[in-house]
Amino acid sequence: MTALTLGAAINAGLSEALESDDKVLLMGEDIGKLGGVFRVTDGLQKRFGAQRVVDTPLAEAGIVGTAVGLALRGYRPVVEIQFDGFVYPAFDQIVCQVAKLHYRSNGRIRMPLVIRIPWAGGVGAAEHHSESPEAYFVHTAGLRVVAASNPQDAYVMLQQAVASDDPVIFFEPKRLYHSKGEVDLDADLSDAPPMHLARIAREGTDATIVTYGAQVRTALDAALAAEDEGISLEVVDLRSLSPLDLNTIAASVRKTGRVVVTHEAAREAGLGAELVASITEQCFEYLEAPPMRVTGHDIPYPPSKLEKHHVPDLDRILHAVDRVLDRGAGAVTAAATPAGVRIDGGVR
Amino acid sequence: MTYTQTQDSSIGRARHHDDEDALRLLESDGTRVAEPTLDPWVSDLSPHELRALHRDMVLTRRLDAEGVALQRQGQLALWAPCRGQEATQVGTAHALAPGDFVFPSYREHGVLLGRGAQPADYVLAWRGEEHSAYDHTTINAAPPQIIIGAQSLHATGWAMGAQRDGSTDVAVAYYGDGATSQGDVNEAMVFASSFRAPVVFVCSNNQWAISEPVTVQSEFPLAGRAPGFGIPSLRIDGNDALACVAAMRWALDRARRGEGPSFIEAVTYRMGPHTTSDDPTRYREPGEVEAWAERDPIARLEAYLRAEGMLDDGGLAEVARAADALAAEVRAACIGATTRAPETIFDHVYAEPHAGLAQQKADYAQYLAGFEVSR
Repeated sequence: MTALTLGAAINAGLSEALESDDKVLLMGEDIGKLGGVFRVTDGLQKRFGAQRVVDTPLAEAGIVGTAVGLALRGYRPVVEIQFDGFVYPAFDQIVCQVAKLHYRSNGRIRMPLVIRIPWAGGVGAAEHHSESPEAYFVHTAGLRVVAASNPQDAYVMLQQAVASDDPVIFFEPKRLYHSKGEVDLDADLSDAPPMHLARIAREGTDATIVTYGAQVRTALDAALAAEDEGISLEVVDLRSLSPLDLNTIAASVRKTGRVVVTHEAAREAGLGAELVASITEQCFEYLEAPPMRVTGHDIPYPPSKLEKHHVPDLDRILHAVDRVLDRGAGAVTAAATPAGVRIDGGVR
Repeated sequence: MTYTQTQDSSIGRARHHDDEDALRLLESDGTRVAEPTLDPWVSDLSPHELRALHRDMVLTRRLDAEGVALQRQGQLALWAPCRGQEATQVGTAHALAPGDFVFPSYREHGVLLGRGAQPADYVLAWRGEEHSAYDHTTINAAPPQIIIGAQSLHATGWAMGAQRDGSTDVAVAYYGDGATSQGDVNEAMVFASSFRAPVVFVCSNNQWAISEPVTVQSEFPLAGRAPGFGIPSLRIDGNDALACVAAMRWALDRARRGEGPSFIEAVTYRMGPHTTSDDPTRYREPGEVEAWAERDPIARLEAYLRAEGMLDDGGLAEVARAADALAAEVRAACIGATTRAPETIFDHVYAEPHAGLAQQKADYAQYLAGFEVSR
C-alpha cells in the first residue's frame, strides 16, 4: 500500500491505462507540459509523448467532439474538462452524440470515452469553477456517471472507466484532490469491486446517510460526531450515480429504517430526489420517518466567501439526522432551521 | 492559400449567394470550359467513369423522388429532399477511396449511394424503424447527423486517429451553409488546422437553411472563412459534377500527402423544401427556383456527355431503367419493413449491463405481458 493524494491516485490510474493499452490517449487543455491546472496529469506527456497526452485548443465541444471521432476510429480517449462549469459548452456533444451513438447505431458503434471533470466546490474558487452538474448527466440515458471519494477508488475506478465500452462521466471532487489515503497500486483490477457498486463507508444501525464524492468525508465526520451522542450512523458512498446500486442502498435503509441523503448539488430534481423516490418505493414499509435531503440550495453557486452556506456541512447533516430520528423535533422551529433542510411538506 | 476569390469584399458580399464566380468546368449548357485549378484533377476521367457519374446522379434523383412520394403516401414520416444537389453529393463521393470515411448530414442521399448503401438504408430511419439503419463499417459512413454541424468534429477526430495510425485514409464532413454558423463547425476547423488533420469539409451551400437565406449566415462567401483558420478552400459550382470531382480530388490529395484539411464550398441550390414538412413558397420567389432549374446538374452533364458522344438515347434509357429498379427496391424495403418488438427499445442504450435500465425493461415486459393474458 502507498499513501497517495486523490490527484496522484488518478495520475497513477491514467498512467496504468496509458501503459496497458496503446489506444488510450488523453486530451484536454493544459494537460501536457503543465500537467493540468490541478497537476493531475503531471509528467504523463513527458513519459508517453504528445501524441498520447494531447494539449488541445481551448474548446470544450471540440475536445469532446473530436474524441467521438477518435473513438469511432478505435481509440479510447480520456478527456479532461478543466472545471465543472466549463462542461456546458460540450453539453450537446455529450448528451446528443457521446450518449446516443451506441443506441442510434443499434449497438454497432462503441463510445469508450471517459470525460473527467474536476468537480464541485469548497475550494474558494471563482465563478463557474464549483458547479455540480451531475444530475444533467444522470438524466441522460447512455452515460455512466461515477464519482470517486477516496484515492483507492479513484485509482481503480479510473481504470475501470477507461476499460468500459460505455462512455463514463468521471467526477473528481476537487476539494479532495490533496487529501491522502492508502492505495494498493499492485491490486488486481479483476478482484476490485466493479465501479457500479456502492460502498458501505461506515457501518451503523440508527440511520443511513447516502451520499457521494466529497460529501462522503463530510458524512463520515458527521457520523463520528454523532457517535459522541450515542447515535450510530451508516454511510453509503454511492460511487456510481448511474446506474444506482439500489440493492446496497435499500439493504442499508431496511436495516436502519431512517435515511438522510446529502449532496451539494441543488435540490430540485437533483439526485437526492431520485434517491428518495427510489428508497420510498423500495423500502416504504421499513421507514420509520420520512427520508430527508440535505443539499445545496436552488441557487447558482454562490461567491466563495459564502459557499459554506451552500455546501452541506456536518451540522446541517446532523440536523437532518435529528429530524429523521425524531430527536428534539419540537425544538426546531422553521426560523431556526438551516436553509436547505426541508422540515415539512410546505415552503422550502 | 488556394482561395482565389476576389479580395474586393464589397463584390464578395454582393454576390456570394450566387454561383457566378464559382469555379467550374461545365457551363450550364454543358459546354466544357478550361479552369486551371480544377482541370488537372479530371484529365484522366474515362468515358466509363463519366457515365457512372451521370448514372449515380440520375439514381440519386430517382431515389429522392421516391422518398418524397413515399412520404406523401404516408409510408415515411419525413424525407429531406436533395433534388438539385446531386452533382455536389455524387461528384465528391465519386472521388473517395474505400478506406475514407464520410460523416454525412441527413440530406446526403447521393453520398450514401456512392458509399454503397443498400435500399433499406435510405428509408428505415425516415420511416421510424431505426435511428440509423446502415452498418457504418460496411459503407464507411457515420450515422446521418441531425444536430447541425456536430459531425464536423467527429470527422476531425476520426482524421486525427487516421493520422496517428499512419494511414492515408481521409475523413469527410458534409454539412450545409447553415452549419457554418455553428460553433462545432468552427471548432472543427480550429482542431483540423492545429493538428493538420486529414479531413475535408464539404459545405453544400444550397442557399437556404430552412427559411433563412445564406446571407443570414454570412455576409461574405463561406469559402472565404477557411483561410482564416489556415485551411485552404475552393468555391466551386456545386451543380457541375466535374468541378465537384476535381475539387474533392484536390482536397483528398492534400490530405493524403499530410498537408492537412481543406474546405470546399459547393455553390448549389435546394430545389425542393428543406423537408417534406416545409413550405418554401412562404419564403422564396418562384423566379429564383426557375433560374436555378436552368443550371440543373444532371441536364448539364448529360449535355456534355451527349456532345462528346459518350451517351446516347439507348444509354439514357438504360440509366432510367436502373433508376426505376432502385426506386422499386427502396419502395419494397420501405413497405416491407417490420417494426421491432417493443422491448427492443431498451436494447443498445449501453454496451454493458445497466441495472436501472434492466429493471425498467423487465417491468415493462411484465406490464405488456399483462395485456397478453387479458386477451
